[in-house]
Amino acid sequence: MRGLIGIFAFAAAVAAAPFFVSSGYALNAIIMTLYAALLGQAWNILGGFGGQFSFGHAVFFGTGAYAMGVLQVKFGWNAWAAAPVAAACGAAVGAFIGGVSFRYGLRGSYFALVTLAFAEVFRILANTFEFTGAGVGLMIKLNESAANFQFATKAGYLYLILTLVVVAQLATWWLKHSRYGAWLQAVRDNEESAAALGVNAFRVKLAAIMISGALMAAGGVFYIQYLHYIDPHIAYGPGVSVEALLAPIVGGIGTVWGPVIGAVVLHVLGEGTRGLMGDAPGVNLVVYGLVLILMVMFLPRGIIGVFQTRAARNATPTARTGAGRA
Amino acid sequence: MLEFSILFPSVLNGLTTGAVYALIALGLTLIYGVLHIINFAHGAALMAALYGVYFLHQLLGIDPYLALPVMIPAMFALGYALQRWVIGVASHGKDENILLVTLGLAIVLENLALFLFKSDTRTIDTAYTFTTVPILGATISLPKIVAFAGALAMAGALLAVMHRTDLGRAIRACAKERQGARLVGIDVDHVFAMSFGIGLACLGAAACFLMPAYYVNPTVGNGFVLIAFTIVVLGGMGSFIGALAGGFIIGVVESVGGLWLGESLGQIGIFVIFIAVLLFRPQGLFGAKA
Amino acid sequence: MTSPVPQRRRKFIKQATALAAVASTGTLGFPAIVRSQSGPLKLGVLHPVTGPLAYSGNLSRLGAKLAIDEINAAGGLKALGGAKIEPIYADAPRPETGVAEVEKMNEAGASAIVGAYASAICLATTQAAAKHNIPHVVDVGVADQIVERGLKNTFRFGPGYRVIATDAINDLHIMNKLARTAATTVMIIHEESLFGTGTANLLQQLLPGLGYKVVEVIKHANPTRDFNNIVLRMKALNPDIVIPANYYNEYALLVRTMKQQGVQPKAVFSVLGGAASSYKFVKEFPDVANGIIDVNHWFDPKKPQALALKRKVDAMKDQFFTYEVFLNYESVYLLADAVERAKSTRREAIIEALANSSWDKHFMPYGPTKFENGQNQGAKPLMLQVLKGDIKVVLPNTFAQTEPVFPWKA
Repeated sequence: MRGLIGIFAFAAAVAAAPFFVSSGYALNAIIMTLYAALLGQAWNILGGFGGQFSFGHAVFFGTGAYAMGVLQVKFGWNAWAAAPVAAACGAAVGAFIGGVSFRYGLRGSYFALVTLAFAEVFRILANTFEFTGAGVGLMIKLNESAANFQFATKAGYLYLILTLVVVAQLATWWLKHSRYGAWLQAVRDNEESAAALGVNAFRVKLAAIMISGALMAAGGVFYIQYLHYIDPHIAYGPGVSVEALLAPIVGGIGTVWGPVIGAVVLHVLGEGTRGLMGDAPGVNLVVYGLVLILMVMFLPRGIIGVFQTRAARNATPTARTGAGRA
Repeated sequence: MLEFSILFPSVLNGLTTGAVYALIALGLTLIYGVLHIINFAHGAALMAALYGVYFLHQLLGIDPYLALPVMIPAMFALGYALQRWVIGVASHGKDENILLVTLGLAIVLENLALFLFKSDTRTIDTAYTFTTVPILGATISLPKIVAFAGALAMAGALLAVMHRTDLGRAIRACAKERQGARLVGIDVDHVFAMSFGIGLACLGAAACFLMPAYYVNPTVGNGFVLIAFTIVVLGGMGSFIGALAGGFIIGVVESVGGLWLGESLGQIGIFVIFIAVLLFRPQGLFGAKA
Repeated sequence: MTSPVPQRRRKFIKQATALAAVASTGTLGFPAIVRSQSGPLKLGVLHPVTGPLAYSGNLSRLGAKLAIDEINAAGGLKALGGAKIEPIYADAPRPETGVAEVEKMNEAGASAIVGAYASAICLATTQAAAKHNIPHVVDVGVADQIVERGLKNTFRFGPGYRVIATDAINDLHIMNKLARTAATTVMIIHEESLFGTGTANLLQQLLPGLGYKVVEVIKHANPTRDFNNIVLRMKALNPDIVIPANYYNEYALLVRTMKQQGVQPKAVFSVLGGAASSYKFVKEFPDVANGIIDVNHWFDPKKPQALALKRKVDAMKDQFFTYEVFLNYESVYLLADAVERAKSTRREAIIEALANSSWDKHFMPYGPTKFENGQNQGAKPLMLQVLKGDIKVVLPNTFAQTEPVFPWKA
């Protein structure tokens, strides 16, 4: 209950932002930070709470983005109608990949690598078929009006992404406090023991990857509506997959606020180092990488780990290395 | 498409390209097999090695093949240092942290190269860059044949180290049973660092064989990472024979797949194999059952 | 069991941190009041200087910088009383980053933007700039969609790939008809993303109409590590003409492999060939480069300003006079001309000046500028051939320095 209040307080604070902040740059920064938080939270549901790390989360993102693009551009659908379909496509891809991978007992690094492979397969397919625009990609016609799911003001997009983040936060909060969430975390901590206690590990993991997939696809929906253009590399390439896992790991995996905090910290770090670039491209990113390494070195449980008491720390163990197969 | 005159050169070409992939995968499979690290910095390390070969040639006039005795120890030292004092320390043994650290390393290496060497693509010109060898009607480039021989030699050397030396025994012990190894007095941190060092040393060799036929720029490593992972999985994580075999198989699949499906769609064969192996035989062709 | 107080405190810290972050980004700048007359002209220069496109991005930035420095050294913008151009350099390796940088430039009071090299990034940056009515000159970005969205602020000085591909085919036809042994079969090799696919599609549509048989279209990935297979197909199909459309690294690998395998078509006829009309490539692989034809962005070789700039760039260490450099150089001068005529740094004034621009003091083969829907109507590529270690214009005749050599014999 306290957690819920926190989520709504956060939502209210951010929702108020357009009234106090008129800088387009700052609003865009908030929007992109929330976007990163959404991707991170989607990843976190499967990776942090479910313990199944994915290196190819872009596969869901790209599906959502392409679904939105294809439905609007090739079939003339209204964007509002297309959006839930796109999210459902994300969940469907989740069901497929999860169904196949978990049925064959893939875990740990094996699961991570298989998601990577799927993302690449989808990228190559998107690059091949005319109906996804092949190499040319898809461009959504600029038609700014709320009816088209495009907004003339930054505020419109801010509310859109904020809504999605709140949904993700609520989903995560629910995971933390529900029985299903307990099952999921039990499977994460020790799948065999959980199964021995009667948890249907396969179904539990499958549900997690579907939720994760749907939320990630929502991120793709947002991306294409905000930036209007998608191509196979943007949609299914490693960029989004990496972005999805950075925020939660930095912020603290398996927590409700980890991805949000991680997204904020990474964004500030990125902007902060950008200023260092000067005339020498690359310096800023060297610093960024170094800070990342240092953060891991000194904050091994993520930023949230700093605030957790020892009891809480011991209560949320993380995925183990080792055997990748049931 | 199935005529011998096209298929045969394509297969030969796949084998030689696959040899280079195998060289890159040899190091990765050792690192994964022993440390259970998915090394995201492998591509960037390859890039660093390629720059090494480049500068040795441009500044000191050293032929890439003659650079082997320089590159191998240099990359070994880099690998040892990275594992002992960066990765090992920073990750506290946790999966997600290792991921972030190797990612961070990749970012640092790539952008350090960008900053120091700018983004120009660099190539070297050697006497044998364009030399070809006719084999049964196929024209195969000489540097690639040398790479093929090199891959076999490296795999042999690695196997020798693993099975004939004390270090090899220690490495295998740590890979199998970390705690047990510690209990019998093996300095696990040192052995891990040695393993990572050997893994990167393989990249040093790979770079020497790759540079004559290819090029280097700060982002060149990214094009090899996925293929290297596929080969490691196909061959079996931790198996050198597997990496070699996997490299050849993937090279041929890529080559012949490109013939049949086109170069762009043909790439899909690699990942379909990747997925199939993970699902149906995750220990790979030569790996031990988990 | 944890006591409630630490729980609340923890949550509070989490939420306070989140709120503080929001607040801090909020104070990061209030909308700048765009100054109207006095003061320097703030020009946003936006290119991908990190990431996979860094090479082209850095050359693009160089071109812009050369122009800015020249204008400032020559006394600045006369119509504004000698006001200098104040560049705002920014990095945009991806579309999202480009958008963020445009917002920053908006708040820094940029009167105009030049950039962003890659089509995908240009699509995003021109859109973002349009929301603040900032004039955005597209330096390279050849995708036609860029100027087909009805954005009033977007101006492209150079040609898009439709014009380039059409011109290329016409040039090919002219060259072929002039030769004694006519070529009929064509093989297209293109990179898989926007520019390669778009160009290849157009070529495939138009070539058969002129009597050419497209025997194969090969799409390859970026990056492609090995071209032996593609060259094998080439050997088997033996096309008269090979048409590559790809980026520098792949182009170089492709033609090197062709040489290695002893494959010699009647012509390597590139359309926007990545390395084909690159002095860097010619310098590093003189034997392989010789004879290659490219239909690409190029300057009018008769204009002394072009040659002067080329000499300047050649004298710089490790720099080459490439299309990224001269297109950006001219884009900045185009903007400067517009500002001089607008006599103002106001965005709307500059947009209007660009829209009715008829600037002819450039060294491109375009004639006076005339923008329709943001596209400079006179923009066109030139057909070039690498001959005796130098890149020469061979078609059209008005700009040609020498005749094309076709078919090519090694």
